[in-house]
Amino acid sequence: MVETEHVAQSPPSASQARAQPPPSREREFTVPPAFLTLAEAVICHSDPARFDLAYRLLWRLQTEKHLLGDVSDPDIVRAHALQKSVGRDSHKMKAFVRFKELPQTGERRRFIAWFEPEHFIVARVAPFFQRRFTDMDWIIATPKGSAVWDGETLRTSDEAAEKPEIVDDTDDLWRTYFAHIFNPARLKVKMMQSEMPKKYWKNLPEVDLIPDLIRDAEQRVRDMAEREASNTAPKFHAALQKRR
Amino acid sequence: MKKSLRERLAVLSDAAKYDASCASSGTSKRDSSKSGGLGSTEGSGICHAYAPDGRCISLLKILMTNFCIYDCAYCINRSSSNVERARFTPDEVVWLTLEFYRRNYIEGLFLSSGIIRDSDYTMEQMVRIARDLRLKHNFRGYIHLKTIPEASAKLIEEAGLFADRLSINVELPTDAGVEKFAPQKHPANIRRSMGALKIKIDELSEPTHTRRRKRFVPAGQSTQMIIGAEPTSDATILKSSAGLYSNYSLRRVYYSAFSPIPDASKILPLIKPPLVREHRLYQADWLYRFYGFGMDEITAGKPDGMLELNIDPKLSWALSNRDRFPVDINRADKEMLLRVPGFGVKTVMSILMARKHRRLGLDDLGRLKVSIKKVKAFIEAAGWTPVSLIDRGDLRDMFAPPPEQLVLL
Ligand code: SF4
Repeated sequence: MVETEHVAQSPPSASQARAQPPPSREREFTVPPAFLTLAEAVICHSDPARFDLAYRLLWRLQTEKHLLGDVSDPDIVRAHALQKSVGRDSHKMKAFVRFKELPQTGERRRFIAWFEPEHFIVARVAPFFQRRFTDMDWIIATPKGSAVWDGETLRTSDEAAEKPEIVDDTDDLWRTYFAHIFNPARLKVKMMQSEMPKKYWKNLPEVDLIPDLIRDAEQRVRDMAEREASNTAPKFHAALQKRR
Repeated sequence: MKKSLRERLAVLSDAAKYDASCASSGTSKRDSSKSGGLGSTEGSGICHAYAPDGRCISLLKILMTNFCIYDCAYCINRSSSNVERARFTPDEVVWLTLEFYRRNYIEGLFLSSGIIRDSDYTMEQMVRIARDLRLKHNFRGYIHLKTIPEASAKLIEEAGLFADRLSINVELPTDAGVEKFAPQKHPANIRRSMGALKIKIDELSEPTHTRRRKRFVPAGQSTQMIIGAEPTSDATILKSSAGLYSNYSLRRVYYSAFSPIPDASKILPLIKPPLVREHRLYQADWLYRFYGFGMDEITAGKPDGMLELNIDPKLSWALSNRDRFPVDINRADKEMLLRVPGFGVKTVMSILMARKHRRLGLDDLGRLKVSIKKVKAFIEAAGWTPVSLIDRGDLRDMFAPPPEQLVLL
């Protein structure tokens, strides 16, 4: 490994370090950059053992230089599993945060979103929203911290926020869209649920439509089949035919 | 009485739901941190919701209007259909896109349209929507325009300056099919438009010395064909796709199982959409694009040219090419590892990495989340040789679920 980065000399805090004895004297840690990427994700996980795992990997890396490449090592497997879970949760956050508009007070429009992530990912994902929703002010509030953007600075905090009660009329248009873009002839409920796990449902404006859509699907398809093709075309069709 | 915006949204999203594509990935990476505007695209697209049909909702997929002067038999918007009609103004489409985007419902817009007045008039309005989003509103989200194939080259080119992706649908897998079911469309014109677009994309992606490359349809062009409206074999469909991929450098060919539509034309079969068949075609397409299979190889062992419905095409290929197995996971090259049923591209990359450290056994594969049960008949690993498994007559039964009939409605 050519590229290495230096890490501060006693990285994990005392409480995090309890799995291993502290280093006996000052020494320099060298870890491959890939470890930092991995560890940054791992420590966002809600598993209480995450710091022990990250710390153990750090120690093992001092003697096992190629540890990270050993993708069937149990510690690496576990770390990748945590990383994957954090990645998935982050991805779902990007997908399922729903902004609702607040009354405008200044020049910029203002929005707020309530989201319930599985892991401690607010600070990790907030810059994504900053890059995307740059021209509006917004707050993302969650039980695991919040993020605030005002057009100049992005601030994040770890404190649990409270759920705001806001109504946004545009949600109705979105619900209309959701109900109509669904093709009843192609019902695949399992597929939908594996991608949109129920744990994220409670904050999505569209999901309470789903039970009805599923229930009525068969009937809609049957109605469609039973209805004979009409024998009369609309008037403009006849006019068009003549034009040719 | 004029319909409200909400009523028209209902009609015009209903009309768009038969289009298979909702992808928003593969475009250039960009965001609004410098421009201070709205929107970003960061590599892979995001599905913001899933409809009960299991499809990802990533874009606001609507028609500008479902009035149409054409009469394509498979289409709910054909002029002879009694479907409810509606129309958005360009400004309304722009407004909906931006407001939906701000609430994080969508990645952007996928706009198509019935043809009103003539092709150029319709295309002009669509281009205007894309232009206004980009230039007036500083919008950097995703835009996919379904181009009107007969529109002038100049308009299609202008669309390319604002859209991430353009699609021109071939509609049906064979020319004869298009002539029969879409009498006002001409396969030759569709191909001409696709060819012209390819040339333009190639030309503008050549870096020049003096200027920065112009952004021009960074997510390329795609197309869609309807499956099951007429009797074409999978072999013919896949051959036609292979041609489209190589002649026009398409990013994607979408297969859309013909879906019964309200007030269907009488010349079409009234069946449940052949969803399994559609799924197998996508799998075959995937093998072609990412696994190094030739389209002809995939259907080679099938006398009627149809993919098997009860097992996936990769397994099907392996079962008819048993002499190529077992594959030694510690020595085989990447190409052959990719052909093992049960190994994905990621698995293969992990195997190649991990085997530098030690000889891999079945337990190592287990840790890579491979289903041992599925793959073990096809591989050799440390401590494992499949004893004559490959010669077993019942091998197929081990994998195949009992065959299912496609139900007639
Ligand atoms: S031109 Fe397009 S919208 Fe019009 S009938 Fe044909 S497929 Fe439908």
